[in-house]
Amino acid sequence: MGIVSGSRARSPWLFLLNASSCNGCVMEFLAALSPRYDVERLGCVLVGTPRQADILVIVGPVMRKMLPMIVRTYEQVPEPKAVVAVGSCAVSGGPFVGSYAFEGPLDDVVPVDVYVAGCPPKPEAIIRGIYEAVARKFGRGPGGGDGD
Amino acid sequence: MGEGQEVGMVTRERELMRVPFGPIHPALKEPVKLTLLVDGEEVVDVSIELGYVHRGIEALAETRNIVQVLHLVERVCGICSHAHPLCFIQAIESIGGIEPPERALYIRSLVAELERMQSHLMWLGVMSYQAGLLTLFMYALRVREGILDVLEEFTGNRVIKEVNTIGGVRRDLDDRIIARMRSAVKELRRALKLLIEAVHDKTLESRLEGVGVLEHGEAVELCAVGPVARASGVDFDVRRDDPYAAYSQLRGKFSVIVRRGGDALSRTEVRILEVLESTELVEAILDELPQGEVRLGKSLLRLSREIPAGEDVSRVEAPRGELLYYVRTDGREFLNRLRIRTPTLANFPALMAMLRGSELADVPIILSSIDPCIACAERVTLVDAREGARRTVRLSELGRGGG
Repeated sequence: MGIVSGSRARSPWLFLLNASSCNGCVMEFLAALSPRYDVERLGCVLVGTPRQADILVIVGPVMRKMLPMIVRTYEQVPEPKAVVAVGSCAVSGGPFVGSYAFEGPLDDVVPVDVYVAGCPPKPEAIIRGIYEAVARKFGRGPGGGDGD
Repeated sequence: MGEGQEVGMVTRERELMRVPFGPIHPALKEPVKLTLLVDGEEVVDVSIELGYVHRGIEALAETRNIVQVLHLVERVCGICSHAHPLCFIQAIESIGGIEPPERALYIRSLVAELERMQSHLMWLGVMSYQAGLLTLFMYALRVREGILDVLEEFTGNRVIKEVNTIGGVRRDLDDRIIARMRSAVKELRRALKLLIEAVHDKTLESRLEGVGVLEHGEAVELCAVGPVARASGVDFDVRRDDPYAAYSQLRGKFSVIVRRGGDALSRTEVRILEVLESTELVEAILDELPQGEVRLGKSLLRLSREIPAGEDVSRVEAPRGELLYYVRTDGREFLNRLRIRTPTLANFPALMAMLRGSELADVPIILSSIDPCIACAERVTLVDAREGARRTVRLSELGRGGG
């Protein structure tokens, strides 16, 4: 494993994209960054732009006005990249299926690697999702584990 | 300015520039688009474009029955996920003439206060993150976990609580959870001392002082609500002035925090001291908790079918201010109309007044100082960024126009 791909697996950088979330998943994602759960111990850093990110964490249902922004943000993340869909809304649409603004579940719009269901999923589940994404896409668990 | 321009040739004429801010921006948790018209570093004008989180909840509510809508409004906003259903269910109960048992009202107030604490602590974290004080962000979020623990133990979930039901609440407190809540509140009060000290630390204080000032007159004129209004000297709190749930019995147990500064520091102070008031309230509620049932004996579906046709307006003090629901039922367990007015939407005109004349670097601080909850605010009034005109769009138009 080269130094670049090794660093990617040991220290994946995250970008949080709020599709049209109710904030529940956003709060749980921020809680995952907080001292009790501390996703940073896996080397994860929350970055401010998708261009620096390895993992795109998307929360919320896909609604009409956000649709082009989701696609654009996805395209801005450099390859290789992983997408983690967090929350029932991102996974399936949740309670918003049937709304006139609803544009389908997230995997209709961008390829999704890991699904984390729940309304909202607990921080532990989000961390597990990020771990899975690294193991599947970057070949190795964060922090140097085997990822199995 | 074009490329290759000589340095000496730069004209001194003032040129206004448009700076787009959002919809996806590191300073924003949620998508909203601000277009700032700047003169150098000074913000001259601002327009806000909403609709990125528009989920069509009001229209969806017209297609579902009352019980389903109760679960839907819980998901308007994950941060105030108790205030929304509480406000909705109060309107439904008043249409149906249903009186929930006393104990249920106390539990509603209890969860509302726990929610206020976690919301304000979350806000303090995000605010200090914007101000560049990451330590306080981490500390506030750690303190908040103590409240989430008891909420999870009582309601079964950390965020979406699903406590309310027609004619009461779905869960009852037992002695063990009461003891846990008492110790969590005691622990929080100890931690708050440190938080208050941290806010009054020179670093943060000088970053917030005098930033985003909203005068008392402006706050009244622009109909600001909640902590934003109270930080500008508007002495109003729905809990005291139009009591709901158990607040009429709890009137003497808390005071409304009012500050006159109107700046970001005053808004921070108001929210932190409100957490302190909430700890008092939670203890008072646990002390005075009446015995008895927590809901009516009838099944939820039967109750929802018994709601006659009618309309009502209900309001509660959500963590961000006054939340207002208008509900019209059709007498066959469905809704004809649901209208939600959220505190963040009410605070947007005040936000625009704060941003005008501010410095560009202060924009993230000012924006987070009103504690915006965009997910709440996505109703149907839009501001057109290009024309700068405010227009109200009908729901049917939104459906076709892709607004």
